[in-house]
Amino acid sequence: MLRKVTLLAAALVLMGGSALAASNAEKAPDVAFSFEGPFGKYDQAQLQRGYKVYREVCSACHSMNLLSFRNLGDRGGPFYDPKYETSNDNPYVKAIAAEAQIDDIDGETGDPIKRPGTPADRFPKPFPNDVAAKASNGGALPPDLSLIAKARAGGPEYVAALMQGYGAAPHGHEPPPGLHYNKYFPGGAIAMAAPLAPGKVEFDDGTKSTLKNQARDVAAFLMWAAEPKLEERKQMGAAVMVFLVLFAGLLYASYRRVWRNESH
Amino acid sequence: MSGHSTYQPKNAFSRWMDARLPVGRLVWDSFVDYPTPRNLNYWWTFGGILSLCLGVQILTGVVLAMHYTPSAAGAFNSVEHIMRNVNYGWLIRYIHANGASMFFIAVYLHMLRGLYYGSYKAPREILWLLGCVIYLLMMATAFMGYVLPWGQMSFHGAVVITNLLGAFPIVGETITTLLWGGFAVDEPTLKRFFSLHYLLPFMIAGVVILHIWALHVVGQNNPTGVEPKSKADTVPFTPYATVKDGFAMSVFLVLFAIFVFYMPNALGHADNYVPANPLVTPSHIVPEWYFLPFYAILRAVPDKLMGVLAMFGAIACLFALPWLDTSKVKSMRYRPQAQLYFVIFLVICVILGFCGAKLPDDQVIPGLETGIKVLESDLNSWVWLSRIATLYYFAYFLVVMPVLGLTEKPRPVPETISSPVLGDSDKKD
Repeated sequence: MLRKVTLLAAALVLMGGSALAASNAEKAPDVAFSFEGPFGKYDQAQLQRGYKVYREVCSACHSMNLLSFRNLGDRGGPFYDPKYETSNDNPYVKAIAAEAQIDDIDGETGDPIKRPGTPADRFPKPFPNDVAAKASNGGALPPDLSLIAKARAGGPEYVAALMQGYGAAPHGHEPPPGLHYNKYFPGGAIAMAAPLAPGKVEFDDGTKSTLKNQARDVAAFLMWAAEPKLEERKQMGAAVMVFLVLFAGLLYASYRRVWRNESH
Repeated sequence: MSGHSTYQPKNAFSRWMDARLPVGRLVWDSFVDYPTPRNLNYWWTFGGILSLCLGVQILTGVVLAMHYTPSAAGAFNSVEHIMRNVNYGWLIRYIHANGASMFFIAVYLHMLRGLYYGSYKAPREILWLLGCVIYLLMMATAFMGYVLPWGQMSFHGAVVITNLLGAFPIVGETITTLLWGGFAVDEPTLKRFFSLHYLLPFMIAGVVILHIWALHVVGQNNPTGVEPKSKADTVPFTPYATVKDGFAMSVFLVLFAIFVFYMPNALGHADNYVPANPLVTPSHIVPEWYFLPFYAILRAVPDKLMGVLAMFGAIACLFALPWLDTSKVKSMRYRPQAQLYFVIFLVICVILGFCGAKLPDDQVIPGLETGIKVLESDLNSWVWLSRIATLYYFAYFLVVMPVLGLTEKPRPVPETISSPVLGDSDKKD
């Protein structure tokens, strides 16, 4: 009897998983990202392209407050190079950081100054504060992108879809003035105008600069930014699973041996 | 089962120790020689698993507290600091966050086992009550822990739940003000939740000791519900129960590891990766999955105070269960009718969980408009489903349990544990 109960409960729970995800917007199409699955890893070239999209397009309005330049050279990051275990030594990271002008104070006089960035600096903010950000964006606050790939239902697939979801609104769904129709955005009317277009970002590795590629690459980059330890996590997971399964097997064998002469 | 102690100190030191502080004797009597019924099935392994869960939560929690900042301005970023900069911080946090869910999976299975096999009946009433106290403390701890990352769902969940307590007449407002440390959920709320979140697990540990103490006085129940009568009915805890518990724990850890390493955010809510903003309310506030059935009961009742009372009443039923069940037979293995009601109860609990996750006025069967509105809601709505389910939930405890015990015809119960085990080959459940 209890066995039937267990099966029934399990079936109900499984059904539940799919029933929980419901929304009024169109569901983002599945993308076969390289970091999916138990052995998934980020595609470093894709992260570099995605970073370029962020830097050239998104960063005009969106901050990434949780990221520092050094993160770009961390293990698993877009510019990780095994030659430079410490990303502070990584010449790419240093060069990228140095292109930014960072607010600081003069060490001797205390006067506000600008200096070139170092790997330890955070990504620069596009606006000094939220009020300024809203004022420049028609009253809407461009969200910080550090965690966006985890902070939206649908994750990186949603991000990639949103970048490609602009188009003419179906009749009767025209967005109010100042907003734009996007079929993947909950409610359909988004303040951000279509940020990407074919050819907008030129990729250095020869990848064709289609809207789809740009959208997927930036989504992959944002997933890395939100979950930089994903590769480390999955690698450790594989070792832990092997250990646990062997351990459970040994314990089961011990259990059989201990109980072999006892009825139960 | 706390019979005569068989502990024999083996050397001069343990003899010296035994005459002064007999810790060795306590451990020997409780975890080695302790007689356990020989017919315990895997549903009896969740006690050990729960101890493991508590240990893991305390251990990871102590480390997280070293890096966490309990302030409205710093909390969210300190959690991200743990995820990004602290060595293995991501691992510790994911273990802790998923550990809470694992804890609840184990506790629900543990409680359902007690429900099915009648583990709350004489002489185990106090044992059961202590378990219910642990469950209450767990819920309080989990709720406050979920607030600490100070994400959108943390904040607005805290607002919804603390506001509920304001529904109580006279004392309600005082309680909420005390909980908030002000007139809204804010900095002082976070600080006291952090403090209490650190305190409560040790209170749980204390009640767990009482729970185990009570268990070792009355002995474990078993699938037949017949008390052990002779040595033939039991086996020593070590190695028999330890090895079985150990195996079950390792299997449980496999499930735990799948969540931690491969789907660490599956049981969380995306909105909690958005920093708390009192001015922006998420479109749909939902508690963690383990609270959903109670959330559904709360929303099933149209009146706020009555809803809160129903929610607490749902838990109070568990406390009263030892005196609500009138059946002389402990185990439902011999109560076919009770089995049926138990299965319906299980299904109802899952349905309540769904109802808690949905918007109350959304349709259960899409596209079907009954046009019959009762209490301002269409009959084809989650709120009405949760009303029906809530009714059954309470009826199970308040009607089925007392009445069925008097009216049903149970199957014959074996004389001893070993008679069905040793004699009969067709094993049930």
